[in-house]
Amino acid sequence: MSTELLRLDGVSRQYGHGETARTALVGIDLTIMAGEMVAVMGASGSGKSTLLTIAGGLTTPTSGEVVIDGQWISSMTAKQLAVLRRRTLGFVFQDFNLIPALTALENVTLPLELDSWRSRDSRRAGLDALASVDLVDRAGNYPDDLSGGQQQRVAIARAIVGTRKLILADEPTGALDSHTGEVVLRMLRHRVDAGAGAIMVTHDARHAAWADRIVYLEDGRIVGQSSTGSPEELLGAGR
Amino acid sequence: MSVRQSILAILDQGSSYGYRLRAEFERRTGSTWPINVGQIYNTLDRLERDGLIVKGDTDTDGHVFYSITTAGHDEVTRWLRSPVQRPETTRDELAIKLAVAVTLPGVDIAEIVRVQRMSTMTTLQQLTRAKNSGDDPESTDELAWLLVIDSLIFQAEAEIRWLDHSSSRLARAKDRGLAASEPLAEPRRRGRPARTDTPTTAQAATDGRVLR
Repeated sequence: MSTELLRLDGVSRQYGHGETARTALVGIDLTIMAGEMVAVMGASGSGKSTLLTIAGGLTTPTSGEVVIDGQWISSMTAKQLAVLRRRTLGFVFQDFNLIPALTALENVTLPLELDSWRSRDSRRAGLDALASVDLVDRAGNYPDDLSGGQQQRVAIARAIVGTRKLILADEPTGALDSHTGEVVLRMLRHRVDAGAGAIMVTHDARHAAWADRIVYLEDGRIVGQSSTGSPEELLGAGR
Repeated sequence: MSVRQSILAILDQGSSYGYRLRAEFERRTGSTWPINVGQIYNTLDRLERDGLIVKGDTDTDGHVFYSITTAGHDEVTRWLRSPVQRPETTRDELAIKLAVAVTLPGVDIAEIVRVQRMSTMTTLQQLTRAKNSGDDPESTDELAWLLVIDSLIFQAEAEIRWLDHSSSRLARAKDRGLAASEPLAEPRRRGRPARTDTPTTAQAATDGRVLR
């Protein structure tokens, strides 16, 4: 039976007060299981980014509950939440957000170092994570020596290193060409198929189609979801 | 017609018979567009009538072999070098549905767009999953199949982009208070309108005339 990694229960978020109040999310119910990739689509201003930052414990909902890996974050202190984020969640951003002064391996192991892992253990976990994105031979390279696609793969390795199991990706292919974007998605998909969970915000329908489920937001509300059926249904029995 | 030209192109590689030509066509297009053997024989009859192929020997199993003529080879060359012209008068069912729906009072066209977007997105997900099951081609057959799948993926993506565009266009129109026209409009004049030539769909759309 699959494990629930993230649950949003009736989550709403409002910015500002009185006449200047703006509602970003309204009554969002969303669950992400281990081994599941969910894409979030919607027009600019529909609430996609707010949803992602709430899912990552970076923004507090105005109402509703967020449960990350079985833990209700509303009852946690800031310090406990920071530890949960560091140990459970991995972020992947459009512009990679790697630290230029650190090598690929050092970037990947940074969250483990912050979590006081022993150097030898964090190095082993970092190399494992880099191996999972086919970049172990670039462990000693600095970000400037890597292509955009390779930098994003390092970011994915950082997002899943150690005990991290929920990847939160904000337009992870936005700065990449079509082919490199697909390579990165393949890596992300591979990690999900190996048991991670992922929530990915994207404008690109072709890239969203890599997800198991696609959630559409309009004016802060979920207005529809689509999920995959069998390819054979679509293509007939020919293949 | 692509089946006719495809069969001719396959025959340009060597003589063959109907059932085998059907199998070759399906193999080379990833079985995405199955055709029946009757369609193959009709095509062969027309190709023979047009002097592009000739009927040859019959083997011991009764298979009638066809061979390409010089004119047929030239036709294949011309086909491969020419761009595909899409029939401009083909009706786009979805575009017509939205165009009519936007004129009907009381219809939630935004919901029509949402339902269609989800349906097309599911198709796109299925195609993507099918593609990912064999995205590292090891033969020209697999490569051909991937080209077909890619084509279907980009068509689905284009439809979703158009739906997104339509969605924001409709929202802007709604904000401006643009409402559906309620009464049936009187035709401008009776009888068949005089027309000196037949407009293409693109011309008709540009001129603001009704698409055929």
